[in-house]
Order: sequence, then C-alpha cells, then structure tokens
Amino acid sequence: MSDPAVSTIPPGDLPIPSDQPAVEVDQLNFFYGDFQALKDISLSVEPRRITALIGPSGCGKSTLLRSLNRMNDLIPGVRVEGTVKVLGSDIYAPEADLVALRTKVGMVFQRPNPFPLSVYENVAFAARVHKTARGAAMDELVERCLASVFLWDDLKRNLRKSALDLSLEQQQRLCIARLLAVVPDLLLMDEPCSTLDPAATQGLEDLMGELAKQYTIVIVTHNMQQAARVSQDCGFMLLGELVEFDKTENIFENPQDPRTDDYIRGRYG
Amino acid sequence: MSLRTRLTRIWEFLIEKAILLAGLACVLFVVLIFVFLLREGLRTFSHISLGDFLLGRKWYPISSPPRFGILSMICGSGMVTLGAALLGVPLGLASAIYISEVAPPRLKEVLKTGIELLAAIPSVVIGFVGITVVVPFLRVAFDLPTGQTALAGAILLSLMAMPTTVSIAEDAISSVPRRYREAALALGATHWEYIYRVALKAAAPGIVAAVMLGIGRVIGETMAVMMVTGNAALIPHSLLQPVRTMTATIAAEMGETVKGSDHYAALFAIGIVLFAITFLINFVADSFLHRSRVTLR
Ligand SMILES: Nc1ncnc2c1ncn2[C@@H]1O[C@H](COP(=O)(O)OP(=O)(O)O)[C@@H](O)[C@H]1O
Ligand SMILES: [Mg+2]
Repeated sequence: MSDPAVSTIPPGDLPIPSDQPAVEVDQLNFFYGDFQALKDISLSVEPRRITALIGPSGCGKSTLLRSLNRMNDLIPGVRVEGTVKVLGSDIYAPEADLVALRTKVGMVFQRPNPFPLSVYENVAFAARVHKTARGAAMDELVERCLASVFLWDDLKRNLRKSALDLSLEQQQRLCIARLLAVVPDLLLMDEPCSTLDPAATQGLEDLMGELAKQYTIVIVTHNMQQAARVSQDCGFMLLGELVEFDKTENIFENPQDPRTDDYIRGRYG
Repeated sequence: MSLRTRLTRIWEFLIEKAILLAGLACVLFVVLIFVFLLREGLRTFSHISLGDFLLGRKWYPISSPPRFGILSMICGSGMVTLGAALLGVPLGLASAIYISEVAPPRLKEVLKTGIELLAAIPSVVIGFVGITVVVPFLRVAFDLPTGQTALAGAILLSLMAMPTTVSIAEDAISSVPRRYREAALALGATHWEYIYRVALKAAAPGIVAAVMLGIGRVIGETMAVMMVTGNAALIPHSLLQPVRTMTATIAAEMGETVKGSDHYAALFAIGIVLFAITFLINFVADSFLHRSRVTLR
C-alpha cells in the first residue's frame, strides 16, 4: 500500500471546476407513500472533499444519499419535491437521463454486493455495458481500477476467481473498483464499513482519503468517530431533518444546535 | 401423567409410524418396479448383445428369426426431444424472464397459474389438439405427404415441457438477490442489461436444470407423441419425417405380444433404456439445481 493511487486512478474525467458545488440540494422533501422521510433539506457538497452524513438509525441518511442518484426510484409509491442538482444539472427534471446520471454518480452499498461473476467481470461490467473499453484496453482498465483500490497485487493471479470467494473487505474494495470503471465524479457510500472489522475499516478509510484527491465522496455513517476521522464536511440528521451542516471540526467541536451537541456528547459518553 | 397427555402421546406415536410406513411404501414400490423391469427385460441380453440391441437398425419383432434393434426408436425419441428442446427452451426462457423480471405482480400471478394449468391438461387431450390442428397445419405448410412427423411431436412436447421449464427457471431467476439488481442499475445498466449480464448468469445452473427437467419430463411422454408422429420405425433424417419413439413402441406393442416371449422381454429392455436415460437426465439436472442453490446463497 506504499504506492499512492493517484497515478493509477482512471484518467479522462474532467475535474469539476472548484467554484461549482458537486451537489446542490434545495428544499428537498421526500415521501414513502404518506410517510415523509426527508423534510426540507438544503445543502451543497463541495468537490473533491469527503462529506459525511451522521445521525441515529432511521433518520433518513440512506434516503437522502439514494435520492442523489435516484436509486429510490426503484421503490413504488415514492414522491420527491424540491430540486437536486448534480454537477449543475437538475436530476429530477423530466428530461433527465438516468443512465448518464448513474455514470456520473457511483454508489457503494452497506453490504458488499459484487456480482456472482469473476473478479475481472465485476470490474469490466460497466465498461461492457457502456461499451467504453474492450480487449487490451479492458485488461488495462481492470488493472487500473483494481490498483486504485489496492487489490491488484492480491488478485492479479486470480482474476477468474469468483468474487463471492473474496473476503468481505476485498469484496467491498472490488465494489469500489467496479465503480471507478464507470469513471464517475461523485461516489456515494452508504455505511460502507458496517460489515467490516476494525482493521478492514481502517484500510477502507485510508482508501477514501486517497480517492478524495480525485473524487467527491459523500459517506453515510452512524459511526461518529469515522465521520470525524475521514470527512471535511459533515451533516447531522434527525427525524428527516438536516439539523446542522458545517465543516466537520465545527460540528464536533462547536455545534450550533443543541440537538447536535446532545447527539455528539451522548455518544462520547 | 394425565390420561389426556398419555392418549396424545399414543396418538402422536401412531401418526408418526403411519407416516413412516407411507414413506417406506413409496421407496418399496420404486424398488419393486425397478426389479420387475430388470427381471423381465434383462433376459433379452441373453440372446442379443447390448450393442446389437442399441445400435441395430432393424426392428422386426415377430418375423422369424426376429430382429430386435432399437436404433431407429432411439433416434426417433432423440429427434422429437431435441426438436422439443429447440422450440421450447427459447420460449420457456423468455416466459420465465418475463414472469420473474418484467410482469407486474397481478399479471405475474395470472401467468403462473396459467402455466401450471397447462400441466394439468391430460396428454391425450394435447394429442387430440395435435391431430386436429398441428398435423394438418404441418402437412399444408410444408407441403408434405403427411403431417404426422417428428416436428408435430416436438411441438406438442415443447408445450408439455413448458410448465416444468418455466416454473423452475422462473424460480431460479427470481431468487437472484435484489442487491445485484441495485448494484447493476447504480452502475448505469438498464433493466435488460441487468437481466442478461447478471441475472441470467447468476441463475444459469438453475436454468440448465430447468431445461433438463423439462426434457426429462417429456422424454418419457407417450400418448401425445404416439398420436402425431406417424410411428414409422425408420431412422429419420429430418424433423419433417415420421418417427417412432421408444415409448410409443412399448405402448403400441405391449398389448399384442405374448407374455414371456422374446418380444415381450425386448419391450421391457426398451423400458430399461428409457429408465436409464431419464434417470441420468434427472440426476444431472439435480446436481445443477444443487449448484444453483449454492451460488445463490
Ligand atoms: N422502502 C421504504 N418504504 C417505506 N419507508 C421506508 C423505506 N425505506 C426507509 N423507510 C423509512 O424512512 C426512514 C428513513 O430511513 P433511512 O433513510 O433508511 O434511514 P437511515 O439510513 O438513516 O437509517 C425510516 O423511518 C424508514 O423506516
Ligand atoms: Mg441506512
């Protein structure tokens, strides 16, 4: 893990202009049927930083994250009000292109979900779907993406192995590698470490730090220490509301809202 | 211990033993049938070698000397079954994909019930439809002397294999965990790309099993096939020729033969061959089903 990933991250994505937020959410309300899961959320995510969303279980963190790449669309009976702009374009506009959105915004799930295919085919998946690489270029892409998540050295001789035979940490890294092959700008991570042990969590946090040099990351976690360790910006959510959104150090050291203060102190005991 | 609990215990004991007996009886019947089949059939191989029996081209059971070669029937069964697979597999797979991945919940139930009902139609009824609809249609469509061909049998059998194939394949595709679909869609794949790049690959062992069990289900089918295939004991060269299957031979000739004769034994020997083929297919299909459960854990 000595060689930094910077040189091996897939090139080609135009960096987001630094003055433009990667994500702008404006007065977002979200409903599962009659139940309002998000209430009047507004926030903006700065490029090439790690933004953490914290809060107790059920407060709507995952819902907010999943409304940034419209994964909630899969659930019947959901309703969205307000606007969400990703890289400047309104993703809930009628003419919005879902496939294009999801090539710009990748998602890592709570439970590692590599396809029941080989390691190689997992990473190659997006390039096959979007027809962006084949043959030697594909081999190169797979190597680059696996190297970016520091799996290449471990797996280069086992590319045909089923992804399901990897350890959980390797599976989660593979899921991230699979994402990088899409060449996204924004990575959404929903409690990516919740099934991992402390050592693996540490490894993945280091990886996030490396990736943030090039990508914008939004991570959901209910582990406050993790948010404090990895993020630069942090939002605290409670019962569907975004109570406070600020620089991470302000949230943890100088929270403005008493509810944030209670939560932070409550957990630190 | 009260009388009540004691009575309950005795009752439980009796029920348990009765169920055990029923289970044992099933096994016993299978064994008995198998033994009977072997006892009657194996005699054939005292006067004809297995090779001559399987590969002999002539089936003249009542001439003298009689000839007992069943190659034409193996080919007949093979051709009808292969035809049924070629017709039925794409259709069955498409239905399974539609039902498991595309159909809205309401329609899904209707379709599943419909396909199960197809299994409830007696084969003689399907044969009847075959004679009155399929056979005349084939005769006109291909300008044949007779519509009673391997193709007619294959069409009917593909229908009869459908319930097995569709329901098992549908099961296999439906049990691909939802998280794979989320992962694929989140990578910008369309629903269809998810289906053929992930779901079908993940469900592949189950789908293979579905196809094989469908085939296993129809290779032993008799009535419908006998009614529409013309029953000529010739080695067929195309799907558009009449054929005679192993099952049809047994069914048609068993009534006319003298019990205990060589002909009688030869018919049982055909039964053994059929049994061996079906057993093999089911065995292989079963191992695929098992594999699919392992990969989809
Ligand atoms: N598919 C769904 N249908 C209905 N309600 C849901 C669904 N998913 C989540 N919810 C509800 O929305 C709220 C927020 O859930 P979620 O975003 O998963 O919270 P978190 O990730 O912060 O634990 C919870 O009260 C949850 O019960
Ligand atoms: Mg959650």
